[in-house]
Amino acid sequence: MSEYQLQEVPVGPYKHLVSERAISGETMLLNMGPQHPSTHGVLRLLLELDGEVIINCIPDFGFLHTGIEKNMEAKTYQKAEVMSDRLDYMNNMGNNLAYVMAIEKLVDLDVPPRAQALRVILTELQRIASHLVWLGTAGLDLAAMSVFLYCFRERELILDIFEMVSGQRMMVTYFRPGGVWRDVPVEFESAVRNFIKIFPKRIDEYEALLTKNPLWLDRMVGIGKLDAATALQHGVTGPMLRASGVNWDLRKVRPYCGYEQYDFNIPTETKGDTYARYIVRVQELRESLKIVEQALNKLPMGPVRSDNRKFVPPPRSEIGTSMESLIHHFKLWTEGFPAPKASVYSAVESPRGELGVYLEGDGGPKPYRVHWRTPSFDNLSVLSKIVKGHLVADLIAILASVDIVLGDIDR
Amino acid sequence: MGVEQKLGNMGMVTTTLESAVNWARTNAMWPMLFGLACCAIEMMSAQAADYDMSRFGMELMRASPRQSDLMIVAGRVSRKMAPVLRRLYDQMPEPKWVIAMGDCASCGGVFNNYAIVQGVDEVVPVDVYVAGCPPRPEALIHGVLTLFEKVKGEKFTDLAKA
Amino acid sequence: MDTRLEKIVKVLQEKAGATYEEFRGEVHVFINARQIADALTFLRDEHQFSLLSAMTAVDYWPQENPRFHVIYQLTSLTQNLSIQLRVPVNGSQPKVPTVTRVFEAANWREREILDMFGIEFEGHPDPRRILMPEDWDGHPLRKDYPLGYEEPQFTFNFEEIDVRKPYAKE
Repeated sequence: MSEYQLQEVPVGPYKHLVSERAISGETMLLNMGPQHPSTHGVLRLLLELDGEVIINCIPDFGFLHTGIEKNMEAKTYQKAEVMSDRLDYMNNMGNNLAYVMAIEKLVDLDVPPRAQALRVILTELQRIASHLVWLGTAGLDLAAMSVFLYCFRERELILDIFEMVSGQRMMVTYFRPGGVWRDVPVEFESAVRNFIKIFPKRIDEYEALLTKNPLWLDRMVGIGKLDAATALQHGVTGPMLRASGVNWDLRKVRPYCGYEQYDFNIPTETKGDTYARYIVRVQELRESLKIVEQALNKLPMGPVRSDNRKFVPPPRSEIGTSMESLIHHFKLWTEGFPAPKASVYSAVESPRGELGVYLEGDGGPKPYRVHWRTPSFDNLSVLSKIVKGHLVADLIAILASVDIVLGDIDR
Repeated sequence: MGVEQKLGNMGMVTTTLESAVNWARTNAMWPMLFGLACCAIEMMSAQAADYDMSRFGMELMRASPRQSDLMIVAGRVSRKMAPVLRRLYDQMPEPKWVIAMGDCASCGGVFNNYAIVQGVDEVVPVDVYVAGCPPRPEALIHGVLTLFEKVKGEKFTDLAKA
Repeated sequence: MDTRLEKIVKVLQEKAGATYEEFRGEVHVFINARQIADALTFLRDEHQFSLLSAMTAVDYWPQENPRFHVIYQLTSLTQNLSIQLRVPVNGSQPKVPTVTRVFEAANWREREILDMFGIEFEGHPDPRRILMPEDWDGHPLRKDYPLGYEEPQFTFNFEEIDVRKPYAKE
């Protein structure tokens, strides 16, 4: 075991990032992670400490680098979609949506209105589920255990709905180019209505536990302040940007999937601290629920997938009777569909911010290049700015409020 | 009404030391709080209210490898993470067990590429593999119970040899 | 094309000799590597493109000249506009001037491109690998880098692969 003795972090590779005092040994370099309960995954933070005060913070990640972008280049457009689920594993529906919207833009494919409405309902439910995991784990980090148990109780209701429509709790791959995989079962509506009925009371429960809790306020108010200019410089988007006073939400400014039909607000705060981010996310829970309810009330009948047979496989019933359908089915599932030699960038609002897909085709059935512009990547880059001068214990609160997903950062 | 009224006087029980020790191990197995990727979320679900793994004496996740008996490798292990994982495993005190949770940890899953270790058994010895992408919380609980069966069958003579 | 974008593209054409393409409503402006920092400063200061949404690269191997395109996706919050700048880069000793002084978001993105494509950014304050381990060989997202596929085990080839598969020891 001698080779695993405690080692000091060498300053060498980080010389240009730490202060002079670290080189002379006056301040301490402390390693936090990659195995740490509060780093929300395998994130390593190198902290330069003067006593308990953070002078510098150097994030080191890539411990979950999965090669998703490279691997997607080796698969056809349809097959590559399974990779997108596993990218940001709290926002599976949203990743699917970003990816299929990029394909639809690249090949110019139409989506029927029922599929659009289903996409809205399911991504908003996913947003709620993601914020619930965030709230639960943030509570856990700040030693509020019961919130975690409450949040996961409601998350199960959403996962049951996902399982009902797609057969999977997390890796759904439900949205497909040109619509959704298949229509929702008849129980879907009652399950969502049930959720809409009980959830507002549950949000009140969380708020009763936290919003005015003096311990929660002590840990959060005035901690990790981020101003709008710095946020934009660092490419920060999503609830973090809105907590700093910038009203920017892609659902509102560049509506997709028919978001313009629904009436909802974009919660913004001006203080830009950890507590403001908490408030924004909790209000987003209510707004998302509003969207779900409206979309469910308006849910139109009709097909759920485009009938463009060059890109969308024919329904099972047609294959037995139509030779052409059989050929299309065979071609689509062996060869895939070709996309033009061009590139598109399409972005959606994920629970963490702007989730963009840069998709380039080369005329063949496989994407030439897929790049994921992931919100956590940029949101984390501002961390070293906002933790300076705070205590190590505050770092936990700040990191919790940033809401990172390491799969989203490392890809 | 206690159990002794059903079974008679429980003042003395005779058993072998082996089975008593193994029983104790299975009923207080402390897993390491070690989430890597997607499966970690399902591991958290298994801990939470709906599935409640504490029914099997598994509620106590330890953040330190020095205090844990079981490593649940929940998620894909990248080439950069593999040395860290091995180091954590080496830090755990004997006896220790490993569950490879999910397809990525078991065999690389859908990610057959340069970045991912094709099965965590290349890095640490695995006792139980749990299939699924990600496995449902029930599947993880089943994996844990399978491990308990394995632990109950362990012999002191084998431990002495190792 | 949006009239506001038309004006901007026109200025870039005159000042920097840029060319442009349009596809599905997106405007891609091709610009010389030497002028990229100036062009971004111009867009940020005079047309409120305050958000560097995305930055990435594409490898067109085996084509050598240019082999790479470095892509800057910019968003203007006040005007609700997007524009994409593309910088062609040669295959031998690929180098682009850094834009970290214009957008701090470029810092990590440039490190990622350095890591994944091996494109150097001149003047970058912290040129280290970001995702792969420090001692990794090669740049994974280049087209001449293999995917690193390993043969899956089935019943018919299980034993053959099992012999060479590394297994961990206690």
